Amino acid sequence: MVFEKLRGWRSRHPFLPKITAGPDRLILTMLAVPGVMVVVAFFLLPLARVALAVADGPDGLATYFIILTNPRYLGSLIQTLAMSAGVTVVALVLCCVSGLFLVRNRFAGRSIVKALLTLPLSFPGVVVGFMVIMLAGRQGVLAEISNALTGERWVFAYNIAGLFVGYLYFSIPRVILAVMASAEKLDIALEEAARSLGAPGWRVVRDVILPGLMPGLISSGAICFATAMGAFGTAFTLATEINVLPMVIYTEFTLNANTAVAASLSIALGLMTWACLAAVRTIAGPSAGIST
Amino acid sequence: MGVSGGGTNHCRAIGGDFDMTVKNTTPRSRGFYAQLVLTLLLCLFILVPIVMSMLAGVTVNVFQGLKSGLTLRWVGEVWMLYSDSILLSVWLALACLAVTLVVGVPLAYVLVRCPGRLSRLFEELLTLPVAIPGLALALALLITYGGFPGYRTSPLFILTGHVLFTLPFMVRSVSAILSAIDLRALEEGAASLGARFWRRFFTVILPNARPGILAGSLMVVTLSIGEFNLTWMLHTPLTKTLPVGLADSYASMRLEIGSAYTLIFFVLIMPLLIAMQVLANWQKPDPRKTVTDDKDMS
Repeated sequence: MVFEKLRGWRSRHPFLPKITAGPDRLILTMLAVPGVMVVVAFFLLPLARVALAVADGPDGLATYFIILTNPRYLGSLIQTLAMSAGVTVVALVLCCVSGLFLVRNRFAGRSIVKALLTLPLSFPGVVVGFMVIMLAGRQGVLAEISNALTGERWVFAYNIAGLFVGYLYFSIPRVILAVMASAEKLDIALEEAARSLGAPGWRVVRDVILPGLMPGLISSGAICFATAMGAFGTAFTLATEINVLPMVIYTEFTLNANTAVAASLSIALGLMTWACLAAVRTIAGPSAGIST
Repeated sequence: MGVSGGGTNHCRAIGGDFDMTVKNTTPRSRGFYAQLVLTLLLCLFILVPIVMSMLAGVTVNVFQGLKSGLTLRWVGEVWMLYSDSILLSVWLALACLAVTLVVGVPLAYVLVRCPGRLSRLFEELLTLPVAIPGLALALALLITYGGFPGYRTSPLFILTGHVLFTLPFMVRSVSAILSAIDLRALEEGAASLGARFWRRFFTVILPNARPGILAGSLMVVTLSIGEFNLTWMLHTPLTKTLPVGLADSYASMRLEIGSAYTLIFFVLIMPLLIAMQVLANWQKPDPRKTVTDDKDMS
């Protein structure tokens, strides 16, 4: 008994020699070994191989920069960046309005609405592409409606608008979750203060609500942007004429057997998405930046 | 929303809803309805294609619409054509779960137990496969291991990709729970009662980590079943998974078959998604909830 008491007393007084309750180093190392092995063998090593594979390309070391030097790849990069940025902005605006609404108001069916909006979170890109076909394809609901109204079928699933809609479809759940999480933390007293001082509604939004939401918006925007940059399944299903970067990588690797270029483009794409998420994580804290 | 037809103030009292503070005294503004309409439009945007594709999967002829009748013929045909892919996906998801449990849970414990620069660096490394597009990851695996024919053509190759992609989710989920509790005190308590490490690990640490393990497991299985970006690059004609089969059916089969296949996918994945949401609501906000409840009461 005395010994037990001593132990408790010791743990409260860290300057005394510690009776270690934790496992020793050997067991801890043993526990971590499988994980470290997985990461080293199946991630670090392949990463190094990819980096080396680029140098085998037609232009040697210059292949590393082919995304900037080749007009076709540069064009694809610009299109992908513009697309992802556009989707991010639209998703942020829509989700801000709707997310704030869902946090601030209580009404029957609210939890169902919340569940519904986050539903496609783990739909694979191919399924999202199919959803766009259902919405705006040749037999899609918009085609039927417009046919009934105007006698003309609206079909835009297979062009850039369809791709945009698809990206929006898988972005909304991610962004709305983040917006709702940060809207719950807003201090309502600040808004009341602003109102009672005579601020009109739009100024409350601009000067009080938006700054409060900003960290959440930045981190969810970054996740949305990075996901859109790397999305492959949706573009693959819709088979659009615009070449987003992942589609270009896929074509180079499988159809043209151009491994070096595919590797170089992959590294560029991976660096961009990683940098985007890492930058936000340093701004918004460690919990941001990991999402499906 | 069944009560929204009446006068605003009155109906709010019936609906038992607490619109906080100042706004309570004024009727709901135009802004409220604008936001409501936008939210409902977003819901329609998400829901309509899901319902459409589910219906199309059981319609005799999509081009004639629902009046052509309902049938399970297409679902049966999908099963004939793609049962191998569907079963392979289920098998892969379970294998992936087993690997991430055995590898990820101890790893999460070590990372929480030994905080420091090295641990943080390793965690960053571990989460990188999530940040990097699946396509790039698959390319890396192909370049490195594509030359081993036995491995390349076995489902283990796809399993490798899935483990790489899902492991961070398991580790994050478990380490979030473990770092929220006072691990050291619990372990010291158990140790002072004479429990050796393995006994403590299985009777103290694992039970305490259970919510995190559960959430991580649901996430891993859901992600693995739906994974396409990596799998499309890694698959061979003999190792097709469910989403690979989906892409195949969208490209080359009639619309009803693609829809029926999507229906099967939804049926598989919906219970997982619902379980995840229930679990999240359950765990989340005991402290926060009481705070907002207090506000509501005042």
